[in-house]
Amino acid sequence: MYYLWVFLIGGLVCMLGQVLIIYTNITSARILVTFVLIGVLLQAFGIFDPISEFARAGINVPIIGFGASLAKGAISAVKSKGLLGAFTGGLEATAGGIAAAIFFAFIFSLIFKSKTKN
Amino acid sequence: MYTNQTVIFKNKPVIIGSYSIVGPKEGKGNFGQYFNYVMKDDSFGEKSYEKAEMKMLKTAIVGAIEDAKIKASDVNLLLAGDLLNQIISSSYAARDFDFAFLGLFGACSTMAESMAIAGSIIDGKEFDTIVCSTGSHFSTAERQFRFPLELGNQRPPTSQWTVTGAGACVISSKGKGPRLTMATFGKVVDFGINDVNDMGAAMAPAAMDTMLAHFRDTKTTPDDYDLIVTGDLGKLGSEILIDLMEDQGIKLGLNYNDCGQMYYTRNQNTLSGGSGCGCSATVLNSYIIKKLRTGEYKKVLFMPTGALMSTTASQQGETIPGVCHAIVLECDESVKDVKISTTSNRNVKNTPSKKSERTSISQKNQGHINN
Amino acid sequence: MDKHMEAKKRNQAYNRYVQAKIPKTKPWPSLFNSFLVGGIICCIGQGINDLILLWFPNMAEQSAWAYTLIVLIFIASFLTGIGVYDKIGKFAGGGSIVPITGFSNSITSPAVEFKHEGIIYGICVKMFTIAGPVIVSGVVASFIIGVIYLFI
Repeated sequence: MYYLWVFLIGGLVCMLGQVLIIYTNITSARILVTFVLIGVLLQAFGIFDPISEFARAGINVPIIGFGASLAKGAISAVKSKGLLGAFTGGLEATAGGIAAAIFFAFIFSLIFKSKTKN
Repeated sequence: MYTNQTVIFKNKPVIIGSYSIVGPKEGKGNFGQYFNYVMKDDSFGEKSYEKAEMKMLKTAIVGAIEDAKIKASDVNLLLAGDLLNQIISSSYAARDFDFAFLGLFGACSTMAESMAIAGSIIDGKEFDTIVCSTGSHFSTAERQFRFPLELGNQRPPTSQWTVTGAGACVISSKGKGPRLTMATFGKVVDFGINDVNDMGAAMAPAAMDTMLAHFRDTKTTPDDYDLIVTGDLGKLGSEILIDLMEDQGIKLGLNYNDCGQMYYTRNQNTLSGGSGCGCSATVLNSYIIKKLRTGEYKKVLFMPTGALMSTTASQQGETIPGVCHAIVLECDESVKDVKISTTSNRNVKNTPSKKSERTSISQKNQGHINN
Repeated sequence: MDKHMEAKKRNQAYNRYVQAKIPKTKPWPSLFNSFLVGGIICCIGQGINDLILLWFPNMAEQSAWAYTLIVLIFIASFLTGIGVYDKIGKFAGGGSIVPITGFSNSITSPAVEFKHEGIIYGICVKMFTIAGPVIVSGVVASFIIGVIYLFI
């Protein structure tokens, strides 16, 4: 049953992105940046975890989740390591995703060639 | 002889040969049957799309020289340009030929720019035979000006599709074929448009400026031409041009059209139509020149527009300047009296705007603009 | 100076006119598409997460999410390579940009596109042309948040 929530919240978040595309004409890089910053803010104000409780993948799969883990990592690292944590925490928490994106991109770019559109 | 911006050619240089080559999508478009060669795959057997674009230009130049039935050694000069940085397609294509080369950049107006310069040189009896060529490729333009091909994004409704294609023609002082009689060199015009996805609106004022200069300098009216054709204003841009001209008191009738707007069929999903150097170049060197040869068109005003923008300038917040050059092509004396029963200017099927539609559009927008 | 003002006024009038002239498309179909595709991608993510927890019941929730995202990134990267993701994107718009798969697509697509410029100057340099700002802004923002939390 919680899949319905996942679908609804996830769909709504993505639709918000489409609203930005239609009404402000922004490019995909700007959209991604906007949503990462939204995620950072949600986490900073402690709103992200309650939403994540029931929305699960609906909020973790959108890039908001990426922003939230950056902020979460920084916040918890600050508590254990002090100022150093502010530097290391964010990337530590998201290192898996970033490394995976870089690694797969590298491998697939060696294998595939860009195809023209129709 | 010249008046203001317009050169009138006394000796009427002749277009003795032409050639057009396009990609598969363009081959399925409205002009498909007129092109000399349609590529099966737009990498054209090359490793990269840039190399494909160079090969397209080379093929077009060789094809035009063959069509003119002259030897390559008869050619004095090559005038060519394209959209890529440092016009690499043209200059790299030129290294395989044994004649002098002048690189031009007029963005999508390059075809008319090169022909106007060639006409001036030949009319002044300086050189005898000049090849003009230009081309563009969807995939190279896309990655230079916009995004990687595989990026999953949507195109806004005003965006246009860069034509994969190249055209070339041989202009000579003697021979038989359509004649170049006048050329109007355009000014750079900028009406403050900064949306890089709306080239038509950015270029339409330049087209208006050149068109007004042309009619003023040559004392002609739109009715003097069988066809007035702009390059790649697209659907939106050509409607804007019609409005702009109407505000200046000149009504563009059914004999006006735009290559970009006519290029693709409706279900090819190209939004506002075709664009790029190849757009006007391939239409001119296939459809228009063929019709001029048969005498179906007697007098054509060909005026492609170019958006002179760069990604650096637009990222720095600059607006997009446009330029437009016009040339007048007339059919040869020998076919001047040929009467073709269906002298319809619109035997290209599926062209969207009808006269009734147009007048209503321009009436609706009257008063929106005062310049 | 007067001429400059005149040109500015003319440009503003022209921009207003062009804005009015641009064909308006109905927003609903594209909003629905983005909702649908975005929702489906999130459900796939949830499915992967549930499967991981089913097979490895002892895994920490945090690690399970990390694996989920890695699998999604892999799928999106692969679909980009074979030239399918851009077709999804054309249909879905924001629906396939906002999920983490869009991030993966924005890294893989320039890498594939610029491979002809070589491994170093093509793939490695161009890889971050679109996604770079995401990482930069995220890291900067998380640092600021971390410092703020240091003092409260």
